[in-house]
Amino acid sequence: MHEMSLAEGVLQLIEDAARKDHFAKVNTVWLEIGQLSGVEPEAMVFCFDAVTRDSVAQGARLEIITLPGTAWCMACAETVPMTEVFGECPQCGGYQLQVTGGTEMRVKELEVE
Amino acid sequence: MCVTCGCSVGEVKIEGEQAHEHAHDHVHPDGSSHSHDHPHDHTHAHDHADGQAHPHSHDETPAHAHAPGVTPKRMVQIEQDILAKNNAYAQANRQSLAERGIFALNLVSSPGSGKTTLLCKTIALLGQQAVAVIEGDQQTSQDADRIRATGAQAIQINTGKGCHLDAHMVGHAMEQLKLEDESLMMIENVGNLVCPAAFDLGEAHKVVILSVTEGEDKPIKYPDMFRAASLMLLNKIDLLPHLNYDVDAAIGFARRVNPGIHVIQLSATSGEGMDEWLAFLRDGIAQASADRQQTVDGLKARIAQLEARLQQAQA
Repeated sequence: MHEMSLAEGVLQLIEDAARKDHFAKVNTVWLEIGQLSGVEPEAMVFCFDAVTRDSVAQGARLEIITLPGTAWCMACAETVPMTEVFGECPQCGGYQLQVTGGTEMRVKELEVE
Repeated sequence: MCVTCGCSVGEVKIEGEQAHEHAHDHVHPDGSSHSHDHPHDHTHAHDHADGQAHPHSHDETPAHAHAPGVTPKRMVQIEQDILAKNNAYAQANRQSLAERGIFALNLVSSPGSGKTTLLCKTIALLGQQAVAVIEGDQQTSQDADRIRATGAQAIQINTGKGCHLDAHMVGHAMEQLKLEDESLMMIENVGNLVCPAAFDLGEAHKVVILSVTEGEDKPIKYPDMFRAASLMLLNKIDLLPHLNYDVDAAIGFARRVNPGIHVIQLSATSGEGMDEWLAFLRDGIAQASADRQQTVDGLKARIAQLEARLQQAQA
């Protein structure tokens, strides 16, 4: 979806951190992106390169850590793995699922100098 | 420009706002003021109530380069949500709405689902109820004009190439509107079933509108939106006799994505089902007023307590 807005959000967090932690160059950015967050990693990398031009993060490497999707199956009464938001329960085949993990979109850490 | 949805930034226009003579009261922690001379692209750091309290720990784990003249590499922990900025603005909007007892809804759908017609009809049926509308579209103020023709106040946000409203735009629009206490505010988001799902605007609920002229399987094609919404309005049901549309299948798909979603079938044109929708709105407004009243009563009780203690202390 809107990877450009997200990439700008990432840059804002980096710029805030640069002011607080006084660094002038970012080498690597680690993002945690949930499997069910709807973020396309390829589009994210493309947009990140575009928005970071002429910024403290220009040329930084973007590392995306994919976090697994999980859901609570009401029928099985337990947490089950999910790969798609509208997927079925891998155990019982039902759809009574509440997503419990995998929607994260976080900036985890930076390597800076 | 975004490769997946074509969205872009820097072209946002909010009706009634002068071109960037921003004199708004964003308080910076250092007390400095800032003037916006940029085309609303928000690369300035608004340090709102959020972001302040996150401690950065400096773990100098990677390669310590102690060679003279070389800046050592180090790690900076961020551990922040990418949408943290938007969420902070949304929280500020939500708090301002709660303080004033305003029930706010974020209406989302694909283009052409009948959002604006439904809004106009709803405003007419609500009669004396104060309603304010924030209209989001890429271009033109046609929708806001249609709302204003009903007598309700409306403000248009043009997002330019942007594919969604964000909480910061809505906060500005709220400043422009003369919102009445204990009233209803409806935000008509940009017609788009993808991007608005991720952006909290401070609303009480997202309401997704699906019309029966669209496919039954929209909920599983665009699951994020149907998961983010707490109410689905199945619109244009007056057309069902002319269509080969499976209502049960559509609702089934929506429940598959979001088991808790509430569904109301209605037609803004024939008026069918509108009573249930109006009841939902009236309940929401009553709840927002009651919550506000509870807060006010609680504060008054505390003042009374403190005054009693003050009298005791002075006696």
